[in-house]
Amino acid sequence: MDRQITREILFNGLWKQNPGLVQLLGLCPILAISTNVINAVSLGLATILVMILANLGVAALRNFIPYEVRIPVFILIIASLVTVVDLAFNAWLHGLYLVLGIFIPLIVTNCIVLARVEAFAAKNDVVHSTLDGLAQGAGLLAVLAVLGAMREILGSGTLFSGIDLLIDGAEPLSLFGAHYPGFLLAILPPGAFFALGLLIALRNWLEGRAAARRHARGTLAPAAEAGAA
Amino acid sequence: MSAEHTAAATSLRSAGVMLAFAVVFTMMMAATYRFARPDIEAAREAAKMKLVDAVLPPERYDNPLLEDTVELGPTPALGLREGGRVYRARHGTDDAALIVEAAAPDGYGGRIDLLVAVGADGRVAGVRATAHSETPGLGDYIDPRKDRNKHSPWIEQFRGRGPEPAGELRLKKDGGELDYRVGATISARAVTGAVARALAWTRAHAAELYAAPAGSHF
Repeated sequence: MDRQITREILFNGLWKQNPGLVQLLGLCPILAISTNVINAVSLGLATILVMILANLGVAALRNFIPYEVRIPVFILIIASLVTVVDLAFNAWLHGLYLVLGIFIPLIVTNCIVLARVEAFAAKNDVVHSTLDGLAQGAGLLAVLAVLGAMREILGSGTLFSGIDLLIDGAEPLSLFGAHYPGFLLAILPPGAFFALGLLIALRNWLEGRAAARRHARGTLAPAAEAGAA
Repeated sequence: MSAEHTAAATSLRSAGVMLAFAVVFTMMMAATYRFARPDIEAAREAAKMKLVDAVLPPERYDNPLLEDTVELGPTPALGLREGGRVYRARHGTDDAALIVEAAAPDGYGGRIDLLVAVGADGRVAGVRATAHSETPGLGDYIDPRKDRNKHSPWIEQFRGRGPEPAGELRLKKDGGELDYRVGATISARAVTGAVARALAWTRAHAAELYAAPAGSHF
């Protein structure tokens, strides 16, 4: 496998084309489930799993799928994989299954899964497609984790609450003591929009700074482009 | 004529491929389901048992109470619009407690589903909210997992309370004895009202409920 391509796929998923911050796909679960780190990361992991399997499956079967009916077949594949993941959560991570509830089945409708299948897996080989699923899923997971941490720390003053659903007897961290009054807005839906907006702004700022630095180094530096960045 | 033929042929071919995919992936789902089903049932049972343990200590009964049930039709007195279930706890041949599914229709975020255990002494043994949509961080202290006071969660106040003396099942604000959190009275009041109604109903029907055959409709 070409290292250059590998690096590009990873970079695209995690930063340049990050599903949560740049493509802004799959916002509904991102905003709804990111009230704490454990929920956010769990849903992120479930989504990564589905994205890897969906990309792998579609890339492997892409030569058998007629172009005209590819979308229904993709949806069928994705829905089957999500059903399998849903059943697995129900059987082996039941506590988490109860918390995530409707959002596991709703991975089917997460546009990021279908988007990667259609834009990448349908045109590339199995190895690269699997890697793309992993990279894009990891990009989404990272956004979910940071968003969950921001909202949980601000909103309830804890970190990893609900970890006992994953590890028996584990205790969440209480950051500001038992008397932290909480910041309700961070946990309510508007808090999700504010936090995501801040993250997008931060990413754009970092990107702009990096671009400015590239110009300063004088690689390719028309002044107009620096202004646009 | 030939175009029509091509269209038909294309449709048939596409439909055939989709059918093949549907069969293969349905088989995959069915296989997973068959494989996971025992664990799913065990997990459901365990989750239910955990709730039951929270409202009634295991040492108070010795029967398999998840199987010793009575089905309820729609019961307005319990707030059940679509029916529910009563679990019967027994210790040897003695009646120990009735665990009743109930609901408070008037929560701040709508319906609050409850599990209320009523001991054979006619007093509340324990209460848990099984499903609710009260405001996070505000009214959700009715759920001990969300209650910030971990040492004495709000809902534990119901333990041991009965219909007398009057006011035992009313909030302090309404002239009773139960605490509530300032700024989120509605959730507490809804739960308290539903518990009081569930207790009254269960006490009124206790004898029939204990005597009904297991699995029967009440």
